Amino acid sequence: MARKIGGVIVDLQNISLRFGGVKALTDISFDVKEHEIRSIIGPNGAGKSSMLNVINGVYHPQEGQIFFKGALRKKLEPHEAAEQGIARTFQNIALFKGMTVLDNIMTGRNLRMKCNFLQHALYWGAAQKEEIAHRIKVEEVIEFLEIQSIRKTPVGRLPYGLQKRVELARALAAEPHILLLDEPMAGMNVEEKQDMCRFILDVNDHYGTTIVLIEHDMGVVMDISDRVVVLDYGKKIGDGEPEEVKNNPEVIKAYLGTSH
Amino acid sequence: MLYREAGQFKASYAEDAQIFPIRQDRIGFWLLMLVFGVAVPFLASEYWLKAILIPVLIFSLAALGLNILTGYAGQLSLGSAAFMAVGAFAAYNFILRIEGMPFLVALVLAGLTAAAVGILFGLPSLRIKGFYLAVATLAAQFFIVWALVKFPWFSNNSSSGVVTAQDVTILGYTFATPEAKYVLTFLIVAFMALLAKNMVRSSTGRAWMAVRDMDVAAQVIGFRLMRTKLLAFAVSSFYCGVAGALYAYTYIGTVEPEGFNLDLSFKILFMIIIGGVGSIMGSFLGAAFIVLLPIFLDNFVPMIFGDSLGAGFVSNFQLIVFGGLIIFFLIVEPHGLARLWQIAKEKLRLWPFPH
Repeated sequence: MARKIGGVIVDLQNISLRFGGVKALTDISFDVKEHEIRSIIGPNGAGKSSMLNVINGVYHPQEGQIFFKGALRKKLEPHEAAEQGIARTFQNIALFKGMTVLDNIMTGRNLRMKCNFLQHALYWGAAQKEEIAHRIKVEEVIEFLEIQSIRKTPVGRLPYGLQKRVELARALAAEPHILLLDEPMAGMNVEEKQDMCRFILDVNDHYGTTIVLIEHDMGVVMDISDRVVVLDYGKKIGDGEPEEVKNNPEVIKAYLGTSH
Repeated sequence: MLYREAGQFKASYAEDAQIFPIRQDRIGFWLLMLVFGVAVPFLASEYWLKAILIPVLIFSLAALGLNILTGYAGQLSLGSAAFMAVGAFAAYNFILRIEGMPFLVALVLAGLTAAAVGILFGLPSLRIKGFYLAVATLAAQFFIVWALVKFPWFSNNSSSGVVTAQDVTILGYTFATPEAKYVLTFLIVAFMALLAKNMVRSSTGRAWMAVRDMDVAAQVIGFRLMRTKLLAFAVSSFYCGVAGALYAYTYIGTVEPEGFNLDLSFKILFMIIIGGVGSIMGSFLGAAFIVLLPIFLDNFVPMIFGDSLGAGFVSNFQLIVFGGLIIFFLIVEPHGLARLWQIAKEKLRLWPFPH
């Protein structure tokens, strides 16, 4: 393994998020280091997805600060987070159903495409060159994730496991610094999970991408994560390396309950 | 047997990304262009050119405009006819009020005027979706027609609001005959269809479709919702505006604001539903279908049932057939004639083998 965990890239401090009277997140602080695989676990409704939505600007926390690459981050829109190199996948697949696999993955590169719509309309010179240059990049991702055979298939026709993989491909096509994965293995069988684990590890290893992962499969989480943060009812109850977290009494209580 | 892509290998991404990757399709397309661009003006009668072919082309362009907005960008609109009216009256005023205005420049300016109005009425789309947006565009439909009637300046103070399109002259040549008007319309529509196809197969079109299919994900990937939606409104209105100008100049010659009413907007919407939502070719198929169907029924209903039914029955029968077809397509094939054509081609590729 060539990768080396670097310094802190995202630092979340005292984040609180409320929807009206509902407290989704309360005073949560944790950090993500460069090149690591950081997992967020917790029972349903613990606020894991909300946490990802805070990181990529879909939700704006009422309190707390986010430091991104050492600088305090202002309130920003999702597309600005994308411009800073944050990509993500969704818990319920959010592919563009009417488009082919290839087009879906091509959308991942939109921020790197500079031609305007008039150049597109003429599809001549710069626009065509750009399209093909990005197609080459996209084909690399397609090869990496082993989905060559389905590149011209409309995503709506694909089985669930492959759709998840296409969604990962779309996120990867953006060549992100940080990849947020919201339950990439939900609903998969053992082999599909193994494949997905392999891809996540490969992405992390090969591109050095920092990965923030939400997952319910404890075996997977404990095996591939560098550090794990545990949420319950919107509060942080544990943080540390997998072994540490596994033996944390608070965590055991949240997951298994305690005998009274 | 004939329609097979075996042996046609793509050696580069440019080859793979062409509009018609299959050779037979390319040949078919150029044959079609030859027939409609060269043979038809010589062979077709004046009635066919004036009453069928020119309107089909113009409505195809309007349907194409609506298809960009509704089919590709997913924003429902009931204001297409109003944007056509903007284009028609803008072209009229540009030619009327600016000395020596070349026709093609006026056409582009008319499109741009319609695009500006389209952006204005597209602003609600940033907040509302679906049916509610359709109602907001309905406001455009009524407001624009009202404004064109209310302010006589637009129709050069003509008492009835009717304006007569000036002669179409390009580089000293006046397009007076139906043949010349047909060729001009054909060239403009073909060129604009090519531009539209190019837009939808590159990043612009992917942005539209991404916003249509899943706007939150589109935003997270980096598309800007506002810019994408307003661009769709602008391009769509540009197409409708040019269609409106052609409607006035190469089709009927005299237009009034009331001619661009809600009925026409619905007609264009039906064209894309029947032709195929989200398909360039569907816009043409839908327009041809909707223009030809009434003519077909006019001729064939009396032939089958005799004259005993009366003219009133025939025109009502048209409405019944239209209504029935819309329901049929919405239930059976929401992607319209274009999808049927695609299925036929997929079948043809395998024929005569079952799979």
